[in-house]
Amino acid sequence: MDFELIFENGLKSLFGTEAVVYALAAIGLNVHFGYTGLVNFGQVAFVAMGAYGLAMGVVTFGWSMWLGIFVGLLAAVVLAILLGVPSLRLRADYLAIVTIAAGEIVRLVLRAASFRRSTGGANGLQNFADPFFDLNPLNAGSYGVWILKYNHRTMWVLIVGWTLVALTSTVVWLLMRSPWGRVVKSIREDEDAVRSLGKSVNAYKMQSLILGGVIGALGGVIFAISRQSVQPDNYSTAFTFFAYTALILGGTARILGPIIGSMIFWSLLSFTDVTLRQAVSADYIPGDFLSGNNVGIVRFILVGAGLAALMIFRPQGIFGNKEEVAIGERG
Amino acid sequence: MLPAISFPHAVLAALRQSTRWAGLAIFVGLATLATVSSPASGQDSTTTTEPAAEEEGPAESVRGRLLDKKGTKDRDDDVPVEGVDITVDEAGGEEVGSATSNDEGEFEIPVPGPGRYGVTLNLDTLPDGVGFTEGRNSTELDVRPNQARIVQFALGPRTRNVTTTFDRVLQLGFSGIRFGLIIAITSVGLSLIFGTTGLTNFAHGEMVTFGGIIAWWFNVRGGLNLIVATVLAVVVGFAAAALLDLALWRRLRNRGMSLLAMMVVSIGLSLLLRNVYQITFGESPRPFGDYAEQTGYIVGPVRIAPKEIWAISLSLVVLLAVAYVLQRTKIGKAMRAVADNRDLAASSGIDVDRVILFVWGMGGALATLGGVLFSLNERVSFNGGFNLLLLMFAGITLGGLGTAYGALVGSFVVGLFIQLSTIWVSPELKNVGALLVLALVLLVRPQGILGRAERVG
Repeated sequence: MDFELIFENGLKSLFGTEAVVYALAAIGLNVHFGYTGLVNFGQVAFVAMGAYGLAMGVVTFGWSMWLGIFVGLLAAVVLAILLGVPSLRLRADYLAIVTIAAGEIVRLVLRAASFRRSTGGANGLQNFADPFFDLNPLNAGSYGVWILKYNHRTMWVLIVGWTLVALTSTVVWLLMRSPWGRVVKSIREDEDAVRSLGKSVNAYKMQSLILGGVIGALGGVIFAISRQSVQPDNYSTAFTFFAYTALILGGTARILGPIIGSMIFWSLLSFTDVTLRQAVSADYIPGDFLSGNNVGIVRFILVGAGLAALMIFRPQGIFGNKEEVAIGERG
Repeated sequence: MLPAISFPHAVLAALRQSTRWAGLAIFVGLATLATVSSPASGQDSTTTTEPAAEEEGPAESVRGRLLDKKGTKDRDDDVPVEGVDITVDEAGGEEVGSATSNDEGEFEIPVPGPGRYGVTLNLDTLPDGVGFTEGRNSTELDVRPNQARIVQFALGPRTRNVTTTFDRVLQLGFSGIRFGLIIAITSVGLSLIFGTTGLTNFAHGEMVTFGGIIAWWFNVRGGLNLIVATVLAVVVGFAAAALLDLALWRRLRNRGMSLLAMMVVSIGLSLLLRNVYQITFGESPRPFGDYAEQTGYIVGPVRIAPKEIWAISLSLVVLLAVAYVLQRTKIGKAMRAVADNRDLAASSGIDVDRVILFVWGMGGALATLGGVLFSLNERVSFNGGFNLLLLMFAGITLGGLGTAYGALVGSFVVGLFIQLSTIWVSPELKNVGALLVLALVLLVRPQGILGRAERVG
């Protein structure tokens, strides 16, 4: 058992690209769920919009990277409107159902062989990230402190990614302190009271949905760039559940919540994964009980159990406030 | 869920009426097609083979011999195909002549002169079981001066479905009925759970998968006959769901946990269960031990396997039984009462916890049965139920969330609609139809067909 590898891996995933992606997705989800009380279970669809906007823009349509990103964000806005119009005026259950369905549909459409020429089908698209790496000011080499070292390409992605996280968090923080934010938080608490004050609840909800969706799409852009490929099976409902677990772990309706939550969540997951694999290859766990493939699946089991346990025992997460949790006590 | 009200009863009565007529129409249609497509015993086969010695007559013609090669290269088992109509036209223009193959399978059609012609074999005149092994039923060819041009059609056992749209509608309609009934069975439980407890159980798909997997264990690993395995699986499903309620949901309800939080818990549970299934059962779908391969009878243009008839009949019987329980038994009345107004039901002496326990058990049993029926055709897989969940939600929303009869009607319509939609849409995208139905219903009538017109926001 290589403990040094396990430790190094755990530390690197604390700040790595996956943590960035989930942080951005969770910040968007925080706007939806933490602040407005919208149960959006299709956040992965918004992430896919950003990722595929960039990938398809560059590969299929031959645009510049910036235009591709812009179209991706625009697609996220359109998706938010399409999802919101039928379901925002309805109960939370309906929104959850519609958004989960939308997430699956987006994945199925992106995967379909019928559209393979545009979307790359089940294999996805590659070779679109070069314009991004061409902008890299870092020279070849390894960067970082102590054992936390990344190569120059990853470091560039991390710099851009964490900057985006900081920017979006600041924007959300400022917004939530503004009158707009106050209305949105009140909608979470008691929609009818807000309506009785003459505010158009649906308009605020839609704006919140759009904002959170665009932030999610930014996460998708980083996701696509960090892997230098987009594959439809990476954008399944599991992604949304991971984002939710990260958000709830960190604490909803808190600015630091999604960020710290994603970092810890991803680091824990990665740590477990590496430990289990080491244990299997070192025969601490017999191979027929848990084969190499299945270790990846164990992660999902842990996430599912973790999500349920969080909701039952500590719905406010690490930083959260029990009164402000959108799904606290009944009534 | 409501006590008897005129509107849903009227709808059901209208449905019953129209399904009666629809059934009659389908029967008449099938009977007609069956008689038309089978080679009639007394059918006159016109021979247009010109006697070889005749000097007069057109010099150019199109001829051929239709042989059913039976899918083998052996010439000895080739059977001539008679009674098939062949038509020749001016390469996409007017018809020039036609003929019917004689008892040697031969046909000859004179053409007015050399040039390009189109030759088409009329599919409806092919006998049962004979189809094209390759190529299409129409082709274009050139006739040179004084040539009796030979045209070949590769015929053999009907493996490829070169069928008309109407045939496909019938076949897909049949499979849609089966599929719709299966979704109906599984979604009734989901709807009842929502009606009595208010919980949107996202783990219901995993209860369906559970059914398939448990039955598979009893059948393939335990060596039991599939029917016995199914009965056992249903019992286990009932018990497991009831246990889940006792151990988890009842505790959370008593704690006062909000419905939204419980929904998220059910989502976590769904993720957990699905991946446990993936580890224990494996990634690839596997069929049951019995009844796996059934080619089925051909009734007219439709292929029907006996297991599909069983599935349909069983689903109908079970659905009727559920309706009976809801309407006529004491526990059914209690279920409807709790779904309508829990506090009022409790104050009138109904033991709400016991009713909810029964609802969960019944939901689990129905989901398990639905899972087995679903896996008969689609094989058992770890995520089969999850794929159905979206369709269940669409069906329940269409029919009316919380009404058991609404779930039946809505799910059936969704299943039928999705199967029929594969005429225009590629099968991998057929679930998209469910979402469209969902979105449309929410836009136009969010309470569904049979739901109460109350504020659902």
